[in-house]
Amino acid sequence: MTETGLTMLNRTADGVARATPEPLARRVRGMSDKGLAWLFISPTILLLLAINIFPLIWAIQLSFTNYRANRPNELVKNVGLSNYQRILNDPDIWIAMQTTAHFVFWTIVLQTLIGFSLAYLIDRKFRGHAFWTTIILVPMMLSPAVVGNFWRFLYQPQIGLFAYAVSFVTGIPPTQIEMLSNVSLAPWSIIIVDTWMWTPYVMLICLAGLRSIPEYIYEAAEVDRASNWRQFWSITLPMALPFIMLAVLFRGIENFKMFDMVNLLTGGGPGSTTEVASITLKRQAFESWRTGYSSAFAIILFVAVFGLANIYVKALNKVKQR
Amino acid sequence: MSLTTAHSVVAPTATSKRIAGTIVVVYALISMVPLLWIFATSFKTPPDSIAYPPKILFQPSVEGYCNLFTTRTRQTPDYINSLGPATTFCDETTRKRNMVIAGPSNFLPRFVNSLIIAFGSTFCAVFLGTLAAYGFSRFKVPLADDLLFFILSTRMMPPIAVAIPIYLMYRELGLSDTALGMILLYTAVNVSLAVWLLKGFIDEIPREYEEAAMIDGYTRLQAFWKTVLPQATTGIAATAIFCLIFAWNEYAFAALLTSGTAQTAPPFIPAIIGEGGQDWPAVAAGTTIFLVPILVFTILLRKQLLRGITFGAVRK
Amino acid sequence: MKPLSKMTLGLASALLASTAISNVAQAEDLTLCWAAWDPANALVELSKDFTKESGIGMKFEFVPWTNYADRFLNELNSKGKLCDLIIGDSQWIGGSAENGHYVKLNDFFDKEKISMDDFVPATVVGYSEWPKNTPNYWALPAMGDVVGWTYRKDWFEKPELQKEFKEKYGWDLAPPTTFDQLKQIAEFFQKREIDGKTVYGASIYTERGSEGVTMGVMDVLYSFGFKYENPDKPYEMEGFVNSEGAVKGLEFYKALYDCCTPPGSSNSYMGEGVDAFKSGQVAMHMNFAFTWPGLYKDEAVGGDKIGFFVNPKETAQFAQLGGQGISVVSYSEHQEAALKYIKWFANKDVQAKWWSLGGYSCLKAVVEDPGFPASQPYAQTFLDSMAIVKDFWAEPSYASLLQASQKRFHDYVVAGNGTAKDALDGLVKDWTEVFQDDGKM
Repeated sequence: MTETGLTMLNRTADGVARATPEPLARRVRGMSDKGLAWLFISPTILLLLAINIFPLIWAIQLSFTNYRANRPNELVKNVGLSNYQRILNDPDIWIAMQTTAHFVFWTIVLQTLIGFSLAYLIDRKFRGHAFWTTIILVPMMLSPAVVGNFWRFLYQPQIGLFAYAVSFVTGIPPTQIEMLSNVSLAPWSIIIVDTWMWTPYVMLICLAGLRSIPEYIYEAAEVDRASNWRQFWSITLPMALPFIMLAVLFRGIENFKMFDMVNLLTGGGPGSTTEVASITLKRQAFESWRTGYSSAFAIILFVAVFGLANIYVKALNKVKQR
Repeated sequence: MSLTTAHSVVAPTATSKRIAGTIVVVYALISMVPLLWIFATSFKTPPDSIAYPPKILFQPSVEGYCNLFTTRTRQTPDYINSLGPATTFCDETTRKRNMVIAGPSNFLPRFVNSLIIAFGSTFCAVFLGTLAAYGFSRFKVPLADDLLFFILSTRMMPPIAVAIPIYLMYRELGLSDTALGMILLYTAVNVSLAVWLLKGFIDEIPREYEEAAMIDGYTRLQAFWKTVLPQATTGIAATAIFCLIFAWNEYAFAALLTSGTAQTAPPFIPAIIGEGGQDWPAVAAGTTIFLVPILVFTILLRKQLLRGITFGAVRK
Repeated sequence: MKPLSKMTLGLASALLASTAISNVAQAEDLTLCWAAWDPANALVELSKDFTKESGIGMKFEFVPWTNYADRFLNELNSKGKLCDLIIGDSQWIGGSAENGHYVKLNDFFDKEKISMDDFVPATVVGYSEWPKNTPNYWALPAMGDVVGWTYRKDWFEKPELQKEFKEKYGWDLAPPTTFDQLKQIAEFFQKREIDGKTVYGASIYTERGSEGVTMGVMDVLYSFGFKYENPDKPYEMEGFVNSEGAVKGLEFYKALYDCCTPPGSSNSYMGEGVDAFKSGQVAMHMNFAFTWPGLYKDEAVGGDKIGFFVNPKETAQFAQLGGQGISVVSYSEHQEAALKYIKWFANKDVQAKWWSLGGYSCLKAVVEDPGFPASQPYAQTFLDSMAIVKDFWAEPSYASLLQASQKRFHDYVVAGNGTAKDALDGLVKDWTEVFQDDGKM
């Protein structure tokens, strides 16, 4: 969900002064401002309480039990912290977390490098750049599941376009390009699709960053006869850095949750090479129906991503304040 | 913000522009290849779709679209001849492959579900979001920041994790596999985004307008309706597109919480199979039909979209 | 007609056809849930007769095998009303019976004079009974199925290949009767040029997500001496699951995967197997018998070009059971109509037509008919295979048991981690844990 990122952007990017409105002391006909405020806000709050908060509390409660959603007749026992203990001591879970971290790392590296470069190039404002920017944005609008599924076809060793194109360029026989079945290539098959889809998003945020740099700074640099190279390292990059970091944050959170593409492209295979945390969670929760156990895992994931994101936001704010 | 007028670098030279342009155009073209391939595959016959080397030129066919909308079974020529003559174009095409159409597929109901759930939840999210955003923007709400930040943070949870308790709750309430359940869920996911985006837009509308209107004798509600809403249309449109894209593309919740009646297209399309594995022309046809609305939206509303994506980042 | 206008016409008619048909659907319709595969499509065709006779319309929900169990167990667990009738997999029967998802059919069978003695015994035990070997029926055997093999008869009969094979291996190229022979044949064909195309030895099950690799491995392991538990002491698995024979069997499966499968077959199950065989990529193809009618009718590889053989033997000879029974979902609001459908389906004439359209009837009157073995070229192979079936656990926890075996087998066979002994030892450990959680050990 890119939207998570956007809202965070809204919240942290440029430290918009929170509009703390002066209360309009004046009473108006019919309804007081206070009443109106609650009338406007409460439906949203109620919905969020019902669909977000209440289930979350339920999940926390379940995480201390051995409940299984497919055994309605079985006695539910309180098992204390043992679900948490089992998860934290399970080597398979740690492998899944490592796999997730590996994806997050490489997708971020690639998307940031390509995304920033593209933004930098588009910022040269060549003829037709607005049109081409729109074209580049298209992949990120599409459904990762539906389009990701089609990549399975592109990746087929013999008949797939991807294998064919790679073999055309490298000369390796297309039957040997087994993107989805080779243990060392399978993770990359997912990284490639994710990069294809989400580089435009990083590009766009970087572009916003580049455009936010006031021109007079460059003019001053010109006066000082700073080289282009120098200008890039001492003006462009540092000033765009908060935006790049934001993009990294959003993509990091998103890819930590990655499920759709992995589920459709490899299903976690070959073996367990691409089994990310979400896939493990789905197997435990909706195939083995270990509801209590998987609720505990869900809470751990939530705490992990929430904690990491908060640390990161603090770092981001420091960069901005420099 | 407009991508055409902003600036940051002092006068790039003509050569650097040309090089930059070439690289960007090449990237854009390469990134379009998978989509063009989907479109091309949807018009291939099944044998053409799996030909080696991949066929770039081929005789177009609508077999994929026929297969997308029907259920077919392979039968002996004797059996096929025992049926009446073929009645439709697809019937005829199918029989040429020694198969008969046994009935419709579930693609159309799934597509209709997608429309109902995506537009329904977008409407609800934007409606609720606009009201709440106005409330947060114009009035002092106790603990507003903390409350909203906590709600936002639940969006960081993997959807599978959210789906566990929702699954149990919906089972108790009888909301499993219903359009209402999915609309509620997508609305809840989208509304926090909607509130944040719209609050930004409404903050920008000077409050003097409403005050003037209220001095003229409007109530606060009327002032909101007559002055704020019209000025927030761009923001509302941008927000609506974001909510719509999310709801239209969502897969994980739909795959886990719906099984048929309310299932949307994203979990259905990867499940279109032919006699063996996936029937790629039919999958491509389904994908094409599914992508068209979003592509149209992207192109028609790209200005609002860009504004939404970069929103906040460009405000000083 | 110009291609473009022809295409527009086709698109329009496709849309029209499907809206027209789906509008006819009414509230009283029955929905039948099954896997998305050839027999299901044949059942749609067959069910037209039911609608004609009873006036009850039929709707269908088909899900590919790879998410079939996930989706429908999820649906049943959420007490969903989507399916009135479900053709659920044989392993679900324990959980579905114990958790009340299925309607118990004993009274209905008594009332309608449907006798389970009229059905092939292996299918009654496999698809209908829980607990096993007790007269408690939760389903009517609907589709017999078992893992067997198809081969390219036309390639096996090429004189030059026969000659070369005989010189190399010292016996005549023919459908294998032992697993060693099977591997030799697969090696012989691997990467061979036939009619200008590179072909491969065999297509076997390797799918990771649902049950594929387990079904394939088990199909081989049984014959190497693998047992799920001590026959005298339930749930004792040490020395049975990881017996010496079982280790040898698993090593064999990996060797077969490594030497003789087509490129990119790390995630292949029934559908991918069919594709590999139909596209002329492989000489032999492990798959459930349901694929045989479709392959036999195929223009490219069917007819004279295809042959069928029973799973080969090692120290013993067994084959993995597939197939399903049809059950009434207890959450359905149309149970009466659903039972009417089952009654209709149990009819002998309907069962005979079911077989002719491409389904596998389990009714003795159909399969024990003297004309049956000759009715289709694969009929005899099917009967022989059904005589040697074994099935996976049907415990309520079967999904957890399956997940463990999927992971262990895929990790060893496809990803190449550890040894066969490690994998099976690990499996004993995982399964013990599941049974301990269930309080059965």
